[in-house]
Amino acid sequence: MVALDINEQSGPSGGWLKKLSGATGPLIGLLALCIFLSISTDAFLSLRNGLNILDQITVLGIMAVGVTFVILIGGIDLSVGSVLALSMMVMGWTANIAGMPMPVAIGFALVASAASGLVVGLLVTVFRVPAFIATLAMMSAARGVANMITDGQQIVGFPDWFTMLAIDRHFGILTATVFLMLAVVLAAWIFLHFRAEGRMLYAVGGNPEVARLAGINTQVVTIGVYVVSAILAGLAGIVLAARLDSVQPSSGFGYELDTIAAVVIGGTSLSGGAGGIGGTLIGVLIIGVLRNGLNLLNVSPFLQQVIIGVVIVLAVGAETIRRRRA
Amino acid sequence: MTEPVLSLRGISKRYGPLQVLKNVSLDVYPGEVVALLGENGAGKSTLSGIIAGSRTPSEGSMTWLGQNYAPATPREAIDKGVVLIHQELQLLPQLSIAENVFIGRWPMKNGVIDRGQMVRRAQEQLSRLNLHIPATRKVAGLSTASQQLIEIAKALALNARLLILDEPTAALGGTETEALFEQVRKLRSEGVGIIYISHRMDEIKRITDRIVVLRDGERVQEFADSATPVRTIVESMVGRSLDRLFPALPQPTDRPVLQVSGLTSPEGSFRDITFEVHAGEILGIAGLIGAGRTELVRAISGADPISAGSIRLEGEEIRLRSPKDAIAKGIVMVPEDRKDQGLVVDHRIGENIVYANLDKLSGKWITARAKQRLAQKAVVKFGVKGRAEQHASDLSGGNQQKVVIAKWLMRDPKVVVLDEPTRGIDVGARAGIYDIIVNLAKQGVAVIVVSSDLEEVLGVSNRILVLAQGKQAGILSREEANDVSVMELATI
Repeated sequence: MVALDINEQSGPSGGWLKKLSGATGPLIGLLALCIFLSISTDAFLSLRNGLNILDQITVLGIMAVGVTFVILIGGIDLSVGSVLALSMMVMGWTANIAGMPMPVAIGFALVASAASGLVVGLLVTVFRVPAFIATLAMMSAARGVANMITDGQQIVGFPDWFTMLAIDRHFGILTATVFLMLAVVLAAWIFLHFRAEGRMLYAVGGNPEVARLAGINTQVVTIGVYVVSAILAGLAGIVLAARLDSVQPSSGFGYELDTIAAVVIGGTSLSGGAGGIGGTLIGVLIIGVLRNGLNLLNVSPFLQQVIIGVVIVLAVGAETIRRRRA
Repeated sequence: MTEPVLSLRGISKRYGPLQVLKNVSLDVYPGEVVALLGENGAGKSTLSGIIAGSRTPSEGSMTWLGQNYAPATPREAIDKGVVLIHQELQLLPQLSIAENVFIGRWPMKNGVIDRGQMVRRAQEQLSRLNLHIPATRKVAGLSTASQQLIEIAKALALNARLLILDEPTAALGGTETEALFEQVRKLRSEGVGIIYISHRMDEIKRITDRIVVLRDGERVQEFADSATPVRTIVESMVGRSLDRLFPALPQPTDRPVLQVSGLTSPEGSFRDITFEVHAGEILGIAGLIGAGRTELVRAISGADPISAGSIRLEGEEIRLRSPKDAIAKGIVMVPEDRKDQGLVVDHRIGENIVYANLDKLSGKWITARAKQRLAQKAVVKFGVKGRAEQHASDLSGGNQQKVVIAKWLMRDPKVVVLDEPTRGIDVGARAGIYDIIVNLAKQGVAVIVVSSDLEEVLGVSNRILVLAQGKQAGILSREEANDVSVMELATI
């Protein structure tokens, strides 16, 4: 009997740490950040501040879930910030100018977002436009349409129940919008981990040819992912509208980069096929906690941008080094 | 005899005016291993693609277990039990073994993936293949041999009744090949039909029951007896008589060009290696996969650092910090992986040759004419079947390899290192590569050839350095060297 000399038992073994896959580094970073801020400021470690942070990250968190899907299949989505603005303006126009009920307006906003995702998905699959270019084009086009709806003007004043979604703390803790974000994150985690469709994203991102030969319809998966990413960006727009009680076409400018940063800090590989929602949640929290903490420390917003840049490099660099050693 | 599992009748395939398969008929019976042999371009991949459902024939019919069979997609073929295992491994490195085995058909329970069942069933298939690795482990970092077996486990989990193995041993060393063969024999005894595609004649003779030869898309001959001499089989493949595969070697001079002493790598992949190569000499380096051959020649050509030892070129000690240093001193390497390290395959042949010679052109404008002149010279000199303006990806493996060699030889190097120079290249084109290697030696170049193909090392080397687990197991002269003496040293 010739047996292979197998020296391969080593490698990641069970345990809860494994569930986070590539995100252990970022998790340690997040905890270290929290400890540092708890010691250096009085205001950081309180339930009230914690809830504030959660409120502040809802928009980013919802968008980051969609972008995680996109990056997992080896794509990129630069259009989420503009789609968010498009969704807000469609909702505002339908509700306050066309005078239709809010739920209808929200429905229209999500349909408009889904349509823009569908266009991106078709461009990427049927017309084989690189995702970077397709979503760059959509970033410009969706922003343009958002501006055209009101000729660049903002729309102010929504029903009280709508704005209360972002203010009223149920059970004294969670606002409806934070609850929505947590629900989206949980649903996405279950989807990615336990549903065949979720695992397909890993297959497509890992190697599209392998996925195709395994009988996975990679084109449908790809289109679906861009549609979901756009719908989640639209949903984030509605949350932002509730928080601001207004909509304006310049909203969400640059959000696509924050979102990609959060996903990448969370350990999802830009080359696709590796990563997950747990890491993204940590990435979002790192950005949220960092912004909050730097404000408490009275660091100027310009310096904050520099610090976030440094954090992105540190997170991704540490991960690369860790993988090379493994 | 029992009924065949698969029958092909009059299969033809045309791409426009190009006919790649002509009227091929073939039967595969349960529990037999059929070798499909042919040069690159003979139609082997097209034929296996048709059987596995990734291509459709222009004419002809197939039956599977007595029923009409015309798969339109790979999925359809897989569902019937026909699985093609590609030459390039088709695994997802970031996912677990279990998940790779069940990709696309995850076992479900109550609408969610049943991970417990998935891991358990994958583990069963692994133990069936005598592979004792936890199925929950990530694929990344596993050896090529283990990955090859995981591909087979994947096919077994699908209840494959016909396996097509395309060059399964291309990346395997001796022990690993043995382990694979053992599994192939086991599957055969379980009644699985196997189509085995390979260029390695010794393997084909050992493992297959029957040899079917394709040439220019036609089935030209079948050998039912594995005792048929290799030469007869090869001649049937190339369609002409082979006077020689290996040219006569020139007599090396006694002037040492490269002297290596006590060379040791920082990671320990090779230790304390000492040898010299003379002008006009071809030194073969043999050893099993993982013996440190590639690592050693990478260090000699400046691609990897060393932690101890010295390299002398024409008597003078040199320090190589990068491949650029080595190239400047006249040491060039033709790397193991043509597509990843040797060529920019999407670029033109001419561009590829220019990339290695930019310094020769610098100071002048790199005009289309200058490039054309340089590239055309190389193409003609090394007998590349192609034009300088063609893309490298349009060439066959053998011609791509000639381009890689050509781009370095335009520099008149003193030492040329070739790592697996004929991997994946068909027999006809191999002879051309061997001619180039021997001609280099004739011109007084010191040549080093690393190869897993024993026949090749024995055929082209004046002396053979054998490595075993990173250590120098010995150096054999041409007279001492044969397959037994080399393998004895390699398996120390």
